[in-house]
Amino acid sequence: MKDFAQLITTIDQTTKTSLKTKALAEYFTRAPDDDKLWTIALFSGRRPKRAVNTTQLREWAAERAGLPLWLLEESYPIVGDLAETIALILPKAEGSSDRSLTHWINFLRALSQAPQEDRKPQILAAWDELDDTERFLFNKLITGGWRIGVSQKLMTRALAEATGQDEASLAHRLMGGWTPDDVSYHNLIEAEDKAADLSRPYPFYLAYQLADGPDPLGDPGDWQAEWKWDGIRGQLILRMGEHHVWSRGEELMTDRFPELARARDFLPDGTVLDGEIVAWDGTQPLPFNTLQKRIGRKTVPKKLLTEAPVILLAYDLLEADGKDLRDTPLRDRRAALKKLIDPLPADAPLRVSEAIDFADWEALAQTRATARDRRAEGLMLKRLDSPYLAGRKKGDWWKWKLDPLTIDAVMIYAQQGHGRRANLFTDFTFAVWDGDALVPFTKAYSGLTDAEFGKITAWVRKNTQQRFGPVRQVTPHHVFEIAFEGIQESPRHKSGVALRFPRMSRWRHDKPLAEANTLDDLKAILSAYG
Amino acid sequence: MRDPVLTFTDRGIYCPAGDFFIDPWRPVDRALITHGHADHARSGHARYLATHAAGPVMRHRLGEIVIEGADYGETLRLGDAIVSFHPAGHIPGSAQIRVEVGGEVWVVSGDYKLLDDGLSEPFEPVRCHTFISECTFGLPVFKWTAQEVVARDLNDWWRGCVAEGRTAILGAYSLGKAQRLMRMLDAEIGPILTHGAVEGTNRVLRDQGLSLPDTVPVTPETKIKDHPGALVLAPPAALGSAWARRFGPASTGFASGWMRLRGVRRRRAADRGFVISDHADWPGLLQAITDTGAENVYVTHGYTDIFARWLNDRGWNAKVLPTEFGGDEDEAEAAA
Repeated sequence: MKDFAQLITTIDQTTKTSLKTKALAEYFTRAPDDDKLWTIALFSGRRPKRAVNTTQLREWAAERAGLPLWLLEESYPIVGDLAETIALILPKAEGSSDRSLTHWINFLRALSQAPQEDRKPQILAAWDELDDTERFLFNKLITGGWRIGVSQKLMTRALAEATGQDEASLAHRLMGGWTPDDVSYHNLIEAEDKAADLSRPYPFYLAYQLADGPDPLGDPGDWQAEWKWDGIRGQLILRMGEHHVWSRGEELMTDRFPELARARDFLPDGTVLDGEIVAWDGTQPLPFNTLQKRIGRKTVPKKLLTEAPVILLAYDLLEADGKDLRDTPLRDRRAALKKLIDPLPADAPLRVSEAIDFADWEALAQTRATARDRRAEGLMLKRLDSPYLAGRKKGDWWKWKLDPLTIDAVMIYAQQGHGRRANLFTDFTFAVWDGDALVPFTKAYSGLTDAEFGKITAWVRKNTQQRFGPVRQVTPHHVFEIAFEGIQESPRHKSGVALRFPRMSRWRHDKPLAEANTLDDLKAILSAYG
Repeated sequence: MRDPVLTFTDRGIYCPAGDFFIDPWRPVDRALITHGHADHARSGHARYLATHAAGPVMRHRLGEIVIEGADYGETLRLGDAIVSFHPAGHIPGSAQIRVEVGGEVWVVSGDYKLLDDGLSEPFEPVRCHTFISECTFGLPVFKWTAQEVVARDLNDWWRGCVAEGRTAILGAYSLGKAQRLMRMLDAEIGPILTHGAVEGTNRVLRDQGLSLPDTVPVTPETKIKDHPGALVLAPPAALGSAWARRFGPASTGFASGWMRLRGVRRRRAADRGFVISDHADWPGLLQAITDTGAENVYVTHGYTDIFARWLNDRGWNAKVLPTEFGGDEDEAEAAA
């Protein structure tokens, strides 16, 4: 664990991606294979089965530190990470150990099989031979959630550097449902990639937002425009008579969308589609909140299947007849896609996400302005001769989203953030006027700079009227412009509306309190766009 | 019923028997000051009273002020109150203020730490009935590492910077923390360059007899290539500013108790965070409060709600000073 702890410390001590990559690449060069495999697993969102639950962990840590549990609970949101909180409150370790990362992972896996009464003494003993950083990492192995400034992309690049392999093909190898239990480092990374896992998806190609409009893109004739749908990006894989549905977050969603199983009846084996899963009313997508009802469910009740049936709006063909098409230009992939899907009957759960005809950028801008009527978030622009790349790359694919909706609202409650934002007030509740009363309608916690958060924090401390636990009611004074992507009716909210992706787009220092928007303004937006 | 020894007003902590304020934040006639940090020693008071050791820095920062000095432990009679200053260990000249009225003793801690930093007059516990304690780091996650261990990390980092040909820029509050760091640094490694704010304080402290290592003040003419292997000491706000760009390729460090938390370290976006604080850590706060023998504790500055609740659980009669007494916690954070 010392090597791994040293790696994490080095990564933590720099803000430069190049230095992080270098540290990780060096680790991949010198660590033993089993530690490397686990490091790859951890940084790609895999972790050992949870040996003890976090409730037990909190209780044992508080007891070991001689503190009441509530004090640990109060410290946790301020530190922002349970694994770190526990590492920090425990008394200094009596011993030390040279055991490897893999040793501790196997220790935890054995523990998950051990009788309940054995677990506590073993965890306490482990804590007592690990230093602060090792303890933090050990706790992280239990609690999960490895947000430590290393993305899968960065890890993949480091691995490419260390092994001399191509980054994109490594990214592909790392996709899918493998775990360190069913694969060795050699098979995952080094062995010839023939017996590829049949369910393995291709890395998604992700677009950047177009900052200044499409003019810099050049000749409109080189580009394809599509609606940017407000659904779930997904990859549908048909191989060897089976189908698999992957989310962009590399989550297997096959069982959540049983409708897509019928794709097997219509499409040949060896087909992989990239598209948007949307709830569908027969001619166009249903509002996102209809789809949202299905997102959290692993299995779907019949009623929901009729209320919110899904289809895949396919926009790319990545594999046909078992052949990887990603290097073929988009215009050819698109032609093949249309040939494959357009002839399908209406009851197939598949449609092509149609390309939009446009004469010039100005005409396209006008079309884009109607996106909300089509239940789309804006447009996608894709270069017609572009290959399908891996990951977020600039140049060939752009999203050109609609400008968000906005409303000017009054800040009425504030709460401290956690983690990187501990000690700063960053989570706010906003209200609009309803006569003389302020009606809360949304929370927002992003959009301001660190300097602005610092300023508002100092202000909140001096202008707290009342405290409700961690929440402070503040003097109504500051007006913020709240930007959001959508609005819908919501009986659960006092104001009767719920916003989609609300954030603070501007601190309206110029706007007096009385001139913030009203509940009627909000309802007008709801009837226009809800 | 007679007045309490100290009351809490919108101008700050007030002693009715002695007609004076302690660390007030609005102009008053008579202000007793625990130490020279900006959130405790503010401008605009008619008369100041502080330790002799705190006086020069206060004059340096506040300009022409009417200030009386007291020795540590010297008892002064102000109206019906007996007042004395006792070392708080926070920065040079810092004090706790003891106020006795009719045999009842209250102590205002100001900011304090128990650890002897080798620079400030070491903290002395003062017995009292009521203790007004800061609790900037009043959470059990805050536990400091021994100064010599941090000093080793600090010097290792500096040496590493020299080896890589980078300038080490260390951010720290210019009064107290900066001088403490100067004495922790190994002068064999290279020259210590100082920002004007730090050097101004250095000059004042040297004049009053404190021994500090040699420093080179940074001026508009300073060229970093004339000072190979340098470490630059600057206030936190100067890190990442145009001022810092003149030092070429650099590694930035930040010294504060908050660096104990990963989240805060990452927010600071400095390359290195060193956990060095001039405030008491969790065990220190408990030790200090226990040693006063006080039954009543008022807590201020920091995680007051949580800390007061914990003290109450443990048998103290603890309260949070009303919110407007929180003072400017931003400045407190910079100094922590």
